[in-house]
Amino acid sequence: MTLTKSQGQIQNEFDTQQKALGRRKFLRNTGAALTAGALVSMMACDKDDNNDNVGVNFGTGDFAILNFAYALEQLEAAFYTQVIATPYTGMSASETSLLTDIRDHEIAHREFFKAALGTNAIQALEVDFSTVDFNIRDSVLKTAKAFEDLGVSAYNGAGRYLASVDYLLLAGKIVSVEARHAAYIRDLLSNGSFADGSVIDANGLEMSRKPRAVLSIAAPYIKTQLNASSLPA
Amino acid sequence: MNTLKVLNIISEQDPEIFDRIDTRRKAMHAFTGLGKKIALISAPFMLGTVLNKAYGQAPTSSVIDVLNFALTLEYLEYEFYLQATNSAGLIPAGAATSAITTIRNHELAHVNFLKTAITGAGGTPVGKPNFDFSGGNGTGTGPFAAAFSNYQLFLAVAQTLEDTGVRAYKGQAGNLINSDDVLEAALNIHSVEARHASHVRQMRKANNFGDVKPWITGKDTGGIGALVQANYDGEELTTQADINIINIGGKNISANAASESFDEPLTTAQVLALVDAFIV
Repeated sequence: MTLTKSQGQIQNEFDTQQKALGRRKFLRNTGAALTAGALVSMMACDKDDNNDNVGVNFGTGDFAILNFAYALEQLEAAFYTQVIATPYTGMSASETSLLTDIRDHEIAHREFFKAALGTNAIQALEVDFSTVDFNIRDSVLKTAKAFEDLGVSAYNGAGRYLASVDYLLLAGKIVSVEARHAAYIRDLLSNGSFADGSVIDANGLEMSRKPRAVLSIAAPYIKTQLNASSLPA
Repeated sequence: MNTLKVLNIISEQDPEIFDRIDTRRKAMHAFTGLGKKIALISAPFMLGTVLNKAYGQAPTSSVIDVLNFALTLEYLEYEFYLQATNSAGLIPAGAATSAITTIRNHELAHVNFLKTAITGAGGTPVGKPNFDFSGGNGTGTGPFAAAFSNYQLFLAVAQTLEDTGVRAYKGQAGNLINSDDVLEAALNIHSVEARHASHVRQMRKANNFGDVKPWITGKDTGGIGALVQANYDGEELTTQADINIINIGGKNISANAASESFDEPLTTAQVLALVDAFIV
């Protein structure tokens, strides 16, 4: 009996790993395709020195990472501002209250980075939410889930590139709030999905994404042309 | 508690650790690449190997001490949830049991990950302490003695442990800033604890156990009260890096929202003081 159970457990673990690996491969391929599309203009720029400055430049060192975070917070703040301005059909009082909280958190993050970066800050970005139907709960919450999960993976992946202990701590103060958002949004869509296998691996670790991979995923929602050449790939 | 050293800054014990890691950065990248080709289960071992590579030998105690500090907290969380899921009638069947089981399994995965990482790095994982989840320091008669028979009290302790865990990991980030792979692994655990905290808070709200949101407002305990106030003290900050977050940039940001948007860290010493009553 014990042996059979063990074999079953091993099989389950194996299956889980296979699924994770399959998903990882899929994500990698998807990411590669998106990257290829998003970076076409950059690659062209490499052949023409005059075009090196095409697109918003993130700067160098810690400023590049902070501007990267600033870009993501701009995206999130703009999204939730729209969510609250045009509530989806059937938004409950509790949802209205907590989604308004999230909007305010994202605005606070955005304005914080803007103030902290000062003259080193990138410009205000123009967003494109044309693929989102703000009247439909499912459309809004699925987009919110994608943004929150992406944001957490972005901060998790960017921490290693920060040289300043102070900035690292600030990023740490923000990422756990994004993770609280992510869990809440996921539970709204499907209760109990707050930390499921699509974002947490077999070691109980949440995924990280490299800055350029994050921007590739965010790119369809950002109209302003970005130049990610100074960000870690 | 005696098995734990109170840790502060790695460089106090090993000022050259950061330089050492820098010179070995190429080796670390090579190993990171290799790690991607290996099944997930090998990740902790790879982390340990990378640490070894960074030093050219087993690392000195400081990074391992940070990992052992984290391991102690994960033991605490795992044992708490294990006893809870083993307590018949405590957690309602269905979604609640499913959620707590998910969280318990993550904490076990964290325990195993950290143990393997520490061993792989040439260190010795600390043993599992004896716990007194009543918060009575071994008497079994502390204020949380009913945590495994009273669902409301159980969720109150769970919320406090998760919120405190988030603060504890956050407080170690600076200590790991030049140990990139360990830092990233710690961040990867940190956000999972925050997801747990968010869900447990939602469970408390859904059961009318407290007027609580998925995030921490001010230094509010969410109705748990004075017993855990110290776990939340310091969360009420509304100024970050000397920048006032209230109404920042002319936007209408309340003091509540300003405090909610940033979670605050705890030092090692603060965390050890908070969990002292639970560790015999």
